[in-house]
Amino acid sequence: MIRRGLLFVIIVAALALAPPATAERLIVSLSTHRVLINSNFTGTELVLFGAIELADPDILDRRGYDVVVTVRGPQRNFITRRKAQVLGIWINAESREFVEVPAYLAVSSNRPFAEIAETEFLRRSRIGIDYNILTQRIGTDIADVVPQDPFRVGFVRVMRAEGMFSETPNGVTFLSSTHFRTTVPIPGSAPTGTYEVETLLIANGALVTRETTAVEVVKQGFEALVAQAARDQRLAYGLLTALLALLTGLFASLVFRRD
Amino acid sequence: MRRLERRRPFGPERAHVSIYLPIAELPVNLFVILGLGIAVGFISGMFGVGGGFLMTPLLILTGVPPAVAVASVPSNMAANSMSGTISYWRKRLVDIALGLVLLSGGVVGTAAGVWVFGVLRRAGQLDLAVSLSYVVLLGIVGSLMLTESVRAILRAQRGEPPVVRRPGTHAWFHGLPLKLRFRQSRIYVSAMPVTAIGFAVGFLGALIGVGGGFMLIPALIYLMRVPTTVAIGTSLLLVLVTNLIATVLHAVENRTVDAVLAFTLMIGGVVGAQFGARAGQAMRAEQLRLLLALLVLAVGVRVGVDLITRPADPFSVVATETFQ
Repeated sequence: MIRRGLLFVIIVAALALAPPATAERLIVSLSTHRVLINSNFTGTELVLFGAIELADPDILDRRGYDVVVTVRGPQRNFITRRKAQVLGIWINAESREFVEVPAYLAVSSNRPFAEIAETEFLRRSRIGIDYNILTQRIGTDIADVVPQDPFRVGFVRVMRAEGMFSETPNGVTFLSSTHFRTTVPIPGSAPTGTYEVETLLIANGALVTRETTAVEVVKQGFEALVAQAARDQRLAYGLLTALLALLTGLFASLVFRRD
Repeated sequence: MRRLERRRPFGPERAHVSIYLPIAELPVNLFVILGLGIAVGFISGMFGVGGGFLMTPLLILTGVPPAVAVASVPSNMAANSMSGTISYWRKRLVDIALGLVLLSGGVVGTAAGVWVFGVLRRAGQLDLAVSLSYVVLLGIVGSLMLTESVRAILRAQRGEPPVVRRPGTHAWFHGLPLKLRFRQSRIYVSAMPVTAIGFAVGFLGALIGVGGGFMLIPALIYLMRVPTTVAIGTSLLLVLVTNLIATVLHAVENRTVDAVLAFTLMIGGVVGAQFGARAGQAMRAEQLRLLLALLVLAVGVRVGVDLITRPADPFSVVATETFQ
């Protein structure tokens, strides 16, 4: 009797914890998983297609789906400085260090975040630039601050102006009730590294499922060679650049010699 | 000058032929960079100066990060002065002895400049130091050149003979020990002020990305009383060597030399320099100096105005390990 009761409790608990059998599945496909930077790279655009696979077609009638796609670039450290007027001159007065924050951040959704879910959910699911974690070094602590923090606001504004951070509340387009697409702009000055692409499927303000994939942005061929040489073979690289200058000057004086 | 953040470069929407800079990590318009090389090369050839004082701020305006601009311009200056040095060498207008003494100070100055550059960059005050140096340096040199050239032009209008060399006048440093005779320059002077001038030129060249010719030539002519043509020839040699050293040191110490940017500038520079040299020979010396003075002053004032006007955004962002 006791054992049977225990079994019943376990089954109920398992049913409660496991996703319901009728849950939707999210299938996401990116136009590429590798962005190659070569000599004529000026930026590119990734296209993301998504499909919501329904176990039970009737479910659709009850739910309106929302999709949020967040792309987080490689983590870098940044110093944000604030200028102040000292003796009539604008100089860098205060500074804050942002530690291991995404150097690229793009959030797009099918409608404004505030309409999709409540603030608490947005914060927990890191939806929107405000709710993505941008850790700062404050004294000995490393922590994120409130979205209204002036340094955070300043940092985000500069990153947005450079095209590194973006929010597009109408960036996700539903092609049908279960198919959507969005584009992710990768600017020419985008940092190299791994870009994590997270797609959230939301219904009635609650998370249904999520799917993550990644894109690699890498320098290719000559560009990769130069960058690697500048980093690993510093002396040889410097000497080679100096030699290049000598030869260019020599060549010019031979070509343009008039006497 | 004043912004350390990467500004949006001449974006892809405007660029027809763009080229990706692997160290600056951004695409730039190939024709803009070539054009800059040609324009500055023209000025360089016309006045016999490197033109770094123009190139560095112009590059920063096109969106190249200051750290990359300052470190990449020296190799461009070296290429420009290489062809100049060769042509002055052929005419025997390079004073090797004077050049070597200048270099002894110049090498130390360059190393010190690269080191201070790194310290200031880490402290976040590089852009301020560069801007202030520009204002002070260009202001002083520009004003001195302006007064001198206006006087020379007025003298020429009154029909008086040009006074280039005033033998017999003695400045305070003529009393210093370690006197050396520089035959080609026809001067007999202590090695100490010569080394000091070399140091200053090397230091500023590495620190703020200027070739130093615009300071060295007036210093040699007016302080050391070296004949103008020998002053230019010797200055070219010094600018060549200090900039080669600066290139190597920046590559080793700061890792911000962009070879693709440098080479594009070099190509434009050597072409522009040829036309500049021809244009320069068609003009009178004092008019040339007046033009250069106005140019130097204009750049100084432009940088100064930037320092005192309220920035569009008081915040700036720089990646601390972009060049990892």
